Amino acid sequence: MLTDTAKNRLYWQMLLIRRIEERVAEMYGEQQIGGFTHLYIGQEAVAVGAISALNHDDYVISTYRDHGHFLARGGDPNRFMAELFGRDTGICRGKGGSMHLADVDRYFYGGTGIVGGSMPIAVGLALACSYREDDRLALCFFGDGATNQGVWHEALNFAKLWNLPVIFVCENNFYGIGTDVRFSSALSEVYKKASGYGMPGYRINGMDVLEVRQLCDEVVKHVRAGNGPALIEARCYRYQGHSMTDPGRYRARAEEDLWRKRDPIPRLAKLLIDERIATEERLAEIDAEIEEICETAAEFAASSPEPPASALYDYVFAERYPSDPHA
Amino acid sequence: MREIRYYEALIEAMAEEMRRDEDVFLMGEDIGLFGGTFRATEGLMAEFGSRRVRDTPIAEAGIIGLALGAAFAGLRPVPELMTINFAIVAMDQIINHVAKMGYMFGGQVKLPLTIRTASGGGTQKAAQHSHSIESWFVNAPGIRVVIPSTPYDAKGLLKTSIRSDDPVLFIEHEMLYSVKGPVPEEEYLIPLGQAEVKRAGSDVTIVCWSKMVIEALAAAEQLGREGIGAEVLDLRTLDPLDWEAVYDSVARTRRCVVAEEGWRTVGVGAEIAARIQEHLFHELEAPVQRVAAADVPLPYAKNLEQAALPHADDIFRAALKITT
Ligand SMILES: Cc1ncc(C[n+]2csc(CCOP(=O)(O)OP(=O)(O)O)c2C)c(N)n1
Ligand SMILES: [Mg+2]
Repeated sequence: MLTDTAKNRLYWQMLLIRRIEERVAEMYGEQQIGGFTHLYIGQEAVAVGAISALNHDDYVISTYRDHGHFLARGGDPNRFMAELFGRDTGICRGKGGSMHLADVDRYFYGGTGIVGGSMPIAVGLALACSYREDDRLALCFFGDGATNQGVWHEALNFAKLWNLPVIFVCENNFYGIGTDVRFSSALSEVYKKASGYGMPGYRINGMDVLEVRQLCDEVVKHVRAGNGPALIEARCYRYQGHSMTDPGRYRARAEEDLWRKRDPIPRLAKLLIDERIATEERLAEIDAEIEEICETAAEFAASSPEPPASALYDYVFAERYPSDPHA
Repeated sequence: MREIRYYEALIEAMAEEMRRDEDVFLMGEDIGLFGGTFRATEGLMAEFGSRRVRDTPIAEAGIIGLALGAAFAGLRPVPELMTINFAIVAMDQIINHVAKMGYMFGGQVKLPLTIRTASGGGTQKAAQHSHSIESWFVNAPGIRVVIPSTPYDAKGLLKTSIRSDDPVLFIEHEMLYSVKGPVPEEEYLIPLGQAEVKRAGSDVTIVCWSKMVIEALAAAEQLGREGIGAEVLDLRTLDPLDWEAVYDSVARTRRCVVAEEGWRTVGVGAEIAARIQEHLFHELEAPVQRVAAADVPLPYAKNLEQAALPHADDIFRAALKITT
């Protein structure tokens, strides 16, 4: 059973992700943030529930919809916002932006913009765990759309074949951009795909952070004990468009309303109050604390310098040769 | 003449070819119900239905492989890869299969498929969504590479590509979709392999394609103010490549700048510069200049992205360097 402190912590993290992303949307509107920005709003329970079940040195890997995972892993909101602003103080020095957040100090191997691209990489991280027998594991987030890529299937096969400690977490939000999962997947109940590779598959309510956490605790134990990989399908919903430029006309209003009623944050807030884990006042305090963090992050980002022109060729390689181009 | 946007020209080209030939069909991610990420297939599902406008899973290798199989069987598929970055996922199907099978099978098969895709940077989409890698495909024999810069060219070349019995990679540019230009109502085709002089000049030739044509025209404007007449030669197709047009122009101007959005090293510009020196060594007044992207994965930060990408200014300076 989770302690009251742990439950409060889950709430705090979900709210942080929500509020920061609201700030991101605002800043995108003001053109402080550019490029592709994919909001995670609505899906917070999955990142927070799953990542909170891990040890600090387990590996986590994500997609271009990576804000929630980065923050749930404990990434610094200031360096997060600075990255989205394309500043030198950003977590990736402004090289990556919203889609490519990484925080190696937290074993967060970041966002890739290529759908399915992270799958075999997660298995490779798990291979390293198994190779060194170091009792760690890898957890990989991806969307419903990714499950139809060739490399997705290669990854699951490898993972099971070599009995690797990796947990595949599918955030099934029912759409890949505008395409309904039923029109893209022959088997749209993603968890059932696990059986094709002889690994356990679970389906959970991804709008309930406690349910996510509870299942992940069990799966983590199972995988860490050397029983091989597992697949979790967390059903959830993104409240915003696919990216900032998507008007989202392909979803029925009634469907959106239904899922808004399942918002994971008010849901947990109600539970905290009902079970007397937190008071209304405490929740209001949390709100204020987080507001402050968002404010600070935005100020930090806005006041940070752009990367210097000389940084253009930094990090193409770790080792330089005289023939390499330079600024 | 009426003016329409680049993406509208593409829609017209596909619609006309689909009306004309029952074997032409489209497949790709979000091209049907959603209408295409860049609106380039908008309305086509409504007209042609889901048999001929097929929404696919996110599975690029599969999309191209399926198109190839369907082409073997006599259909004329027009698969779309949302952006050229995702063509990399399908590279084995494109290069090992699409581009080689006609040859390997000793000419027994025709491969009438046209792969449409979008390339280009400039909107901070970072390193996995911004590249211009046409040179990779030009490097491989067996697949045509068509890369139009205007709505007029886009329509005429897409129609020809679809009718071609060879595989074509048809590369659009993200920043051009909303650009307007004159397109006649009546039907026309543009043959592959014909470059077009988009602006005449006698002092320097700027060889370019896709969005760099816009940059080159701006540079030519600027050069004009310096009293330098720049000729802007839009290649329009990189395979086949209209070498005669390149040599004709450079023989007259005796100076050349090649401007491309892709990486500089082993870019298309390297091939063009090499052939110009092979053919026109004694005519040249100056070394051929190359303007291209910096050899880095495109960075997200706006200032770095802009520094990495080639602009009109870079073309202007390169031309100035060899004309004054
Ligand atoms: C290989 C590849 N193909 C296509 C795309 C364009 N694209 C970006 S996100 C996306 C949809 C992915 O859907 P899903 O996996 O369900 O994740 P979600 O966005 O719903 O989180 C597509 C098609 C891409 N980024 N990479
Ligand atoms: Mg999805």
